[in-house]
Parts: sequence; structure tokens; C-alpha cells
Amino acid sequence: MINIIWVALFCIGIFYAAINGTMAQVNKAIFSSASEAVTLCLGLASVLIFWLGLMKIAEKSGLLDKLAHLFRPLIRRIFPEVPAGHPAMGYIMSNLIANLFGLGNAATPMGIKAMEELKKLNGGRNTPSRSMITLLALNTSGMTLIPATVIAIRMQYDSKAPAAIVGPTLLATLCTTISALLIDRYFYYRRKRKEKK
Amino acid sequence: MAVITGLSLWLIPILIVIILMYGLYKRVPAYELFVEGGKEGFSLAVSIMPFLVGMLTAIGVFRASGAMDALTQALRPVLSVIGMPPELVPLALLRPISGTGALGLMAELIKVHGADSFIGRLASVMQGSTDTTFYIVTVYFGAVGIHKIGDSIKVGLLADAVGVICSVWIVTWAFGP
Repeated sequence: MINIIWVALFCIGIFYAAINGTMAQVNKAIFSSASEAVTLCLGLASVLIFWLGLMKIAEKSGLLDKLAHLFRPLIRRIFPEVPAGHPAMGYIMSNLIANLFGLGNAATPMGIKAMEELKKLNGGRNTPSRSMITLLALNTSGMTLIPATVIAIRMQYDSKAPAAIVGPTLLATLCTTISALLIDRYFYYRRKRKEKK
Repeated sequence: MAVITGLSLWLIPILIVIILMYGLYKRVPAYELFVEGGKEGFSLAVSIMPFLVGMLTAIGVFRASGAMDALTQALRPVLSVIGMPPELVPLALLRPISGTGALGLMAELIKVHGADSFIGRLASVMQGSTDTTFYIVTVYFGAVGIHKIGDSIKVGLLADAVGVICSVWIVTWAFGP
């Protein structure tokens, strides 16, 4: 999918320029955009180094595990089919906490582990269980406490308050997560009704 | 609204203090761990460089040719209903498909319209408040061999759409249009 979009952006742009006589601007854009992307990445490095460095301390000191423990009662309600004390629960919590702190790289392996355990609970079938879809919905809604990359890019473009979007982002992410859970529940009950018929 | 701006100002410093104090209490080598994690951050920044070069160049060509303006003009009447600037439609469409692609597009929007403009802020919130649905479904279900994805794509995309609309409202409410 992304391959098609990427190629289309170039081709449509160049054809459009050929028709509208904007080829000079297009030529300029090719090289200025590329060099700008590199500068942007170097700017990103500062925030990513700082934030992931800090997160390493949180991870190794056991702070993330402690937080996961705090959220246990809530998570249990969201995943009613997972028995208490099942390893899937631990992985689900680590995955969600890592996501919350913007640790995408740490979250993915935990999420995959959780999926493996959930698949075992589902009798190894190759169709997703309710819990698997719920976990996926929680991940795709992108709960993040601090959107570090976004702040870094805002800094690069001289924002007066690069972190001003933290509060609104948190609120928006909460809306997305809650609606993901509600939509997930709706589809679940719809599936159940269909099965009854 | 004061709560939201206050939260933005205090959340990061408070988190830093909590993390460092807890590390001290647990007697972990805080500085060495920081450096270790920082290295991961650096390689992450370097590893996304080719993605951003590819995406920003494609978007740059698309915009410089005038095609982007033509697209946003065509979409303007439809979107005025929810108060969403048409400039953000490409971002909303790309966000579930490609994380780095959306990041590049967000950077481009911030560059063109300014980080503290309505469009710049809304782009920032949209980027931060949803995730790459297609990528996550592919990776998570692919890794454990689930072939029938069931309702998961529908759930993810619908939640993304709700997220976009909520972002528009929240940014308008927090910063004014």
C-alpha cells in the first residue's frame, strides 16, 4: 500500500508539474526536501537520545513494572477472558505501559508475546479471539504520555512552546482509546448475535 | 483549558523527577543506563533517516507541483462541516498506513504553516494521538500466524477516524481556531 502511495506522490506531482509548468519548483523541491529530511533527523536525535535514555532508567529500576501492577485491575476488566495469573496478562501490561511511555521498540516484542499467549488460550486457531482484537485496538489507538518525536520536530521549526501540545494530545489519545474499546465491544456483540442466528 | 496548558508544562519535568528519584531509591546506575538507552535513541534517529528522505522528497514534489493545493481546494467544502482544514486530509489518510510517512507529512505541514499555527498544532496532535493501524495489525497478527484478521482493521480505522475528529475539536477548544 505505502509503495503505491509513495510512487503516486512522485508521478502525480511530476505529471501535474508538466501540465502546469511548475517543473522548476519541482526540481528545487527534490533536492531541498532531501537535505531537509537529514537535518530534521539530526534534530530528532537530541530528543530521542534524551527520552530513551531516561526511559532506560525507568525500565531497569522496575518503575514500569510497578506501574503495570497499578493498572492491573483496569486491564483485567478490559480482558475478561484472560484468567488471572496467566502469562498473557503480564505481557499485555508490559506492552501497554511501554506504549504509554512512547517506547515503540520495547512495546512491539511484548505485544507479539502477548498475542502468542492469547493464541494458545484460543486453542491455537488462526482466527483472532476477542481479547486479541481488543489488544490490537488498544495498540492502534496509540496511547502516549509524551509524544517525544512530535515535540522534537516542533522544536526544529522554532515553536515558541514545543510541548504545548502534550495536554491536547493526551486528551485526544484518551478519546481514541476509549472509542477503540467501545467500537471493539460493539463489533464483538454484533459477532455474537450473528452466531446465535 | 488552564488545566490542559498546565499539564503540558508540568508533565515532562514531573516525569523526569519521578524516574530519577525512583532510580536513586532502587540504587540503579542511572547515568550509565541513560547512556545505554540514549544509544538506542541515536540509532533510532539514524534508522528513520532514509524513510524521511524518501517521504519528504515525494511530498515536496507533490506540493511544489501544485497538486497538493489542487487536492486541498477540492476537499474544502466537504470538510468545513467538522471544522477541519483540508490541508490535514493527506495526514489523516496517511497516518494509519505509514508512521514515518505521516511523520514526514507532519514536519512538512509545520514547516509550511508554522509550528504554533492552528494547522501546525492540529497536525502535531493528530500525529501523537493515533498509531499506524495497518502496520500494527500486520506485525502483531503476522508474527503469530493469524490469517483472518476479523474486525480488527475496521475497529482500528474507525477509532482513527474518531481520533481525527476529536483532535480537531480539542485543538480548537484548547488554542482557539
